[in-house]
Amino acid sequence: MSPELVSLTWLIPVPPLVSFFLIILLTNRSKALSHTIAIASIATSFVLSWIVAFAAFGTPHFGAEDAIGALSVPWFDVGSGAFMMGVLVDPLTAIMLFFASTAMLAIFVYSVGYGNYGKKLDPHDKPGWPAHNGVDPLYSRFFAYLSLFAFGMLVLILADNLLLMFMGWEVMGLCSYLLIGFWYARKYDDPNKITPRQAGVKAFMTTRVADVIMLLGIVYLYYATGTLSFREIMFAHEGEWLHHLASTPSLIVGLSQASLIGILLLIGTIGKSAQFPLHTWLPDAMEGPTPVSAMIHAAAMVSAGVYAVIRMYPVLAADGLIAHTAEAAGHAAEAAAHGPVITTPMGVLAFIGAFTALFAATIAVSQNDVKKVLAYSTISQLGFMLAALGIGGYVAAAFHLMTHAFFKALLFLGSGSIIHGMEHGAHHAHDHASDPQDMRFMGGLRHKMPITFVTFFIGGMALAGLPLVTAGFWSKDEILLDAFLHAPLVFYTLALAALLTAFYTTRQLWMVFFGAPRSPSAEQAHESSWTMTAPLVVLSVFAVGAGWLNIPADFPLFGQLVASLGLEPGWLHHFLGGTLVEHPEAPAFTPVPLITSVVVALGGILLGWLVYRNAWKTSSDVDPVERGIGSVLYGLLKNKYWVDELYDVLFVKPAFWLGRVFFTGIDKGVIDGFLHGVAWISLGVGNVFRDYFDKPVVNGASDGSGVAVKWAGRELRPIQTGRVQHYLVMVMAGAAVIGAFMWMAR
Amino acid sequence: MDLLNSHLLSLILFAPTLGALVLLLIPKDQVGAIRWAALVASLVPLVLSVVLWLNFNAGAAGFQFREDYLWFPLIGSDYRLGVDGISLPMVLLTAILSPLGILFSFGVQDKVKAYMILFLLLETGSFGVFMALDLLVFFLFYEIGLIPMYFLINIWGSANKQYASFKFMLYTMAGSLGLLLGIQVIGLTLGSFSLETAIAAWPTWSGTIAGLPATTVRMVAFVAFVVAFAIKVPIWPLHTWLPDAHTEAPTAGSMMLAGILLKLGAYGFLRLVLPLYPVEAAAGAWVLALFATIAIVATAFASFGQTDFKRLVAYSSVNHMGFVALGVAVAAWTAQNGSAEEGILALNGAVLQMFNHGLSAAGMFLLVGVIYDRTHTRNLDDFGGLMPLMPVYGGLLLFTSMASLGLPGLNGFVSEFMVVRGSFPVFSALTAISMLGLLMTGAYILRGIYKTIYGPLNTKWVGHTSDISVREIIAWAPLGILMLVLGLAPNWMVSVINAAVTRLF
Repeated sequence: MSPELVSLTWLIPVPPLVSFFLIILLTNRSKALSHTIAIASIATSFVLSWIVAFAAFGTPHFGAEDAIGALSVPWFDVGSGAFMMGVLVDPLTAIMLFFASTAMLAIFVYSVGYGNYGKKLDPHDKPGWPAHNGVDPLYSRFFAYLSLFAFGMLVLILADNLLLMFMGWEVMGLCSYLLIGFWYARKYDDPNKITPRQAGVKAFMTTRVADVIMLLGIVYLYYATGTLSFREIMFAHEGEWLHHLASTPSLIVGLSQASLIGILLLIGTIGKSAQFPLHTWLPDAMEGPTPVSAMIHAAAMVSAGVYAVIRMYPVLAADGLIAHTAEAAGHAAEAAAHGPVITTPMGVLAFIGAFTALFAATIAVSQNDVKKVLAYSTISQLGFMLAALGIGGYVAAAFHLMTHAFFKALLFLGSGSIIHGMEHGAHHAHDHASDPQDMRFMGGLRHKMPITFVTFFIGGMALAGLPLVTAGFWSKDEILLDAFLHAPLVFYTLALAALLTAFYTTRQLWMVFFGAPRSPSAEQAHESSWTMTAPLVVLSVFAVGAGWLNIPADFPLFGQLVASLGLEPGWLHHFLGGTLVEHPEAPAFTPVPLITSVVVALGGILLGWLVYRNAWKTSSDVDPVERGIGSVLYGLLKNKYWVDELYDVLFVKPAFWLGRVFFTGIDKGVIDGFLHGVAWISLGVGNVFRDYFDKPVVNGASDGSGVAVKWAGRELRPIQTGRVQHYLVMVMAGAAVIGAFMWMAR
Repeated sequence: MDLLNSHLLSLILFAPTLGALVLLLIPKDQVGAIRWAALVASLVPLVLSVVLWLNFNAGAAGFQFREDYLWFPLIGSDYRLGVDGISLPMVLLTAILSPLGILFSFGVQDKVKAYMILFLLLETGSFGVFMALDLLVFFLFYEIGLIPMYFLINIWGSANKQYASFKFMLYTMAGSLGLLLGIQVIGLTLGSFSLETAIAAWPTWSGTIAGLPATTVRMVAFVAFVVAFAIKVPIWPLHTWLPDAHTEAPTAGSMMLAGILLKLGAYGFLRLVLPLYPVEAAAGAWVLALFATIAIVATAFASFGQTDFKRLVAYSSVNHMGFVALGVAVAAWTAQNGSAEEGILALNGAVLQMFNHGLSAAGMFLLVGVIYDRTHTRNLDDFGGLMPLMPVYGGLLLFTSMASLGLPGLNGFVSEFMVVRGSFPVFSALTAISMLGLLMTGAYILRGIYKTIYGPLNTKWVGHTSDISVREIIAWAPLGILMLVLGLAPNWMVSVINAAVTRLF
């Protein structure tokens, strides 16, 4: 990359930040001006991102030491040195810039329609509540928050060190809090239903649990290596730091520093990417407006967790370096053939990822809220990526990260369009009984909302992994291939999860779009405005096309097909491989995982179709799965395994209780009690002194002396004669007495 | 200009006092004139402090802008002033907060003249502590700051002001007593109250007093110093005066109390305890670290358990100052036991945290004051959904809350990161535990927002609550700007602190 281009990269996150401040400080009264500024800013970032990304794509051997873009300035002085901060453009950055900026631009444009721009302000609408039919009263603020969010994401992507990345990470956390709680005043009749403001706090706090632990990891890494720069940790002194980390025992017996730091950093990701056991915030985050969900759950924040793991992958895998070394240099080739060594943090990652993938998929099967299904599906898909990272397949993870960002953003925006259509229908039909987000009240929407239907269908098929034509298939297949080669148990788990994915996706498509409308709202629903559907169309192109970036060269037929089209087979693999020191070997083509992924995808779709094609005639029907597995087991799924309730008892209630203990109990009770006791005793002692000493003795004495003085004065008055002679006599007498005294004392 | 160069510190120090004297001449009922005169009197030191900052040479060793005049030669105490990279940010902080406090106090209606005079005296007292290079002068100003504060709480406070002001006075006096004795022991033993003489001679002094060996004398004096400053910081469990005093004080009083007076304690640790008692401090460092950690965790929970908005913010001060104490403990330990890098980082962090907390705590108290002025309640359950009524206020509260919460990109994060980074290798387990406090910081901050500006609108405030006024915004704005600037680009301040701190190791 040319130095001029590199020197411009730091500008990429700037326009959204400027937009945020402009809207908040100046233009918030003008909705048109505000969204124009916001969209112009993200479009600028988008163009810059693509320029940088394609410059990177076109650079041969991009990622090698001399072929990256990096720029840094001192951020604060420490001792005689300084902590440096800057931007880094390496292959991973380029890929992230490419898809995140695209998805974010689509989301910004979509928000114009979603916020009902162009309609008059409905006098019944209150700020902090979803608008009924007019433009959202807080329309400008929404774009300001979106802009700040985009800023955070772009900072995260471009950061050249862990601290700056963490800053972007937390700015996104703040924005997700603000955006989830965007309808801050909203209250439901059902007191058990979580409100947006509660969901915002829940999201912030759950991720903060992870973040403070991650901060410890960052601090530990900084202490252990003296730097937080990605490149320095990886490359400086030929990977000496990584060796050092892997060979130094940590504070916890049995773990190397690399392992402990790795695990601490991972926990941050578990929170941010909503993995078990910190997954509970994400489904509730659906309380936010839909573009937010797309932003948080597809394009940006949750992907940030996976991105962070890829960034720190060398540290996670560092223990493997030692293992390789121990196996003697001569056998390095053999060791490489066995694939990557699965270190402790990677094992943790693989376990959590695979478990979450399956766990969340089972919950998704039982949900009726159109967005909640997607939320659990997101948790599950992120589990796929983390499991892939845990078994060393970081290219597969990044690939799935990208395809998922496209098709999941598409699905979320599609669901927003559905909800919008349903709300419209409810408004026209005066239907207040049916929840516009509840799939039980939908049905038959394919005729009412054709563009939404087609695009949502494409997204759904990509999620289900419909073989060969969708991007989701290619990336999921690659994960399964890696798993099959390195970790059979992970492979089986993920295969089962993939089957469930296809099943619940079909269920969702069926419940929403097929059959007959099951409520007046669904009957009256209609297609959304072009600002909403256009982004859907664009994203669906990517949801199909992105898979072509990484079709393996040895894949039957398609490998040659890609090559004959002039594309490079396995391009992403070659390109992303340059992120790390050693290029990972592309896994060889193996038939079993391919067959598996085809079978689970098609099988799940088929199964879903068989189960649901005759189900859901009316909105009060019982789900066929519930009939199949029994209401007890289904209730367990439907209630998300009661994890929320468990956490409430384990953490939330004790926090309130501890608050009372520390304030009322310790501060007010013990400490102030002690002080008041001391004060009371002092007061008592003081009273005793006053009553039994001051008054009789001291007061007595002073009163007495007063009396005495008076008496003496009265008695001595006769000598005050007023005659000078008398006084002189007395002076002489006095002088004589003093003189005699002094003479005697000599 | 010569006077400006040679007596810059004295000018800053006594400009508020001169202002107070001028105020005496203005008739009591000329309220407007009194307010503006007070504001001008507090702006003078601000301008001079900026001049001071710009002319300060971070690269030079030792104290700068020194002034040294005979004052009390009989006992070896002189009028000695000077600033270095540790005290300079504190001087600047005082200079910034005072005019803002006075501007906010334009809303005070009762006994305006007395109020403003006390406020200005408070400013002089604070400046004096941060500039003093003589133990007795230090103590003098330390006490001067106390008296106006007592009256500010006692006269202009809210319902429970008698109790709170009395508790504040007693607590602080209890600490000062030991401090005065400790200072006298040093001064009389060494024959001089000069801070620099004391730093050079006191740690290695080896005489006896009343038959007690030097180590015992030093230990006793050390404990006296530590208790005095620990009350002021405050460090758990000597902190219970703070929530009462902060809660009952008038808004600007709380701003000064949290923003500056708490720093006097932390500054005492840095300026006196660490250099005068390096050995004792290193030995006691883990105790300090332990109490700092307890403070961070316990008061975060206590803050979470509040129903009073102002008390919530008050407890957050103890929580945040816990990180300062943790940084001091690390510095004390590393100064004797090696690993200077950790000590430098932690100390940088501690000083920066003092400045940052001054900004965010003052900002939070200001905003609590704004809402209290309008609703006359501090009970969190009485608010709710105020955002549509006070949108600007809501935005400022969100911003300031985030700074207080330590959101990266705003000021608090930088200093907390530095302290945590410094303390982790030294006090690993305690640092890990303190993360629980950081977590709960998030919880109580979000609870404050949740209960006040978010939620369904409490309709009883409709028509009774106006948005934050322009004057109040102006009083907040410098704080907000600095929070953002220090969060994004902290080096203009860190480089000054760092240069001074690095020389200590």
